[in-house]
Amino acid sequence: MSDLPPAIAELIDTPQYPVTANFPVELGYSYNTLSATENGNPLYWDPQVAQELTGGPTMPPTTLSLWMRPHRWEPGAEEELVALKVHFDLKEMLDLPEAIMSDNSLILHEPVRPGDTISHHQVLRSVSDVKTTKLGTGRFWSIDIVYTNQDDVLVGIESYTGFGYRRPEEDPS
Amino acid sequence: MTLTIDQVSAGQSLPSLAHDVSATTVVLGALASRDWRPMHHDFKFATERNGTQDIFLNTPNLAAWFERYITDWTGPRGRIGRMTFRMRDSVFPDDRMEFAGTVTATSTDDQGCAWADLDITVSVGERLCCTCTARVAIPTDESDNPWARKGQNWTP
Repeated sequence: MSDLPPAIAELIDTPQYPVTANFPVELGYSYNTLSATENGNPLYWDPQVAQELTGGPTMPPTTLSLWMRPHRWEPGAEEELVALKVHFDLKEMLDLPEAIMSDNSLILHEPVRPGDTISHHQVLRSVSDVKTTKLGTGRFWSIDIVYTNQDDVLVGIESYTGFGYRRPEEDPS
Repeated sequence: MTLTIDQVSAGQSLPSLAHDVSATTVVLGALASRDWRPMHHDFKFATERNGTQDIFLNTPNLAAWFERYITDWTGPRGRIGRMTFRMRDSVFPDDRMEFAGTVTATSTDDQGCAWADLDITVSVGERLCCTCTARVAIPTDESDNPWARKGQNWTP
């Protein structure tokens, strides 16, 4: 039987935090990523290739998570804005001060294009029983992020597995 | 030249890729992916709070490196459908990360889309840092364009 607190068990498979990005998809983000990885794929650098293959510019598919990441600050913000809020909620609810991401998966559908406005929501899929790893003692959890464009067309699904933990020297037990 | 599925078979190796990682690589990648978390740019936070030896590559940026590795091989007509990867160890500044990949299977789905399944690793010396499985659509012939597939004709 799971020792998961009921308040967390109730969140599993429940869509949370539906958000529409407050900035449009821009080609500049594509160049940042391509430059950071020295990716010379002509699909993203040569407008003629983009026109021939995708009917115009598209974003590199692995930039998908850009569109769920808020600005770190914006006018009116009273605290640091964070992506993947469900992850941070779990850290707080389970009193696990540290966390890492261990697994990530992407399923890529309709390409994202400059000018698109991307919406997303988060779904907690699972939380493990308490585990101990070399990092410390805590729990693994899995969160899906579902992305759609302004036409409500699915552009991708991203899944993260995180491990929230308390370092051994901090563990009160 | 376009890579077509008839040139791909199970057991085939992808060309290797090596890259010398610097602090700039880590920070540039984190900011390009809008990942502002301090362990990807703040040495003191990474070492004293996270207990790691240095700042380290973030997950979305590693995804972008996998994309680059795959499409270096396929060319621009290759279209990634699915990618799953597991972080086993971190990649730090001064590491030389090396990508290696193998085709594990090829197939054609009911819509006529040809696929290659890949196993990819990122290692630093003897240290295995990340494993990845990916599924990439590859043209059936020089006239085929996987990017033209939409809706029910695209089943990644």
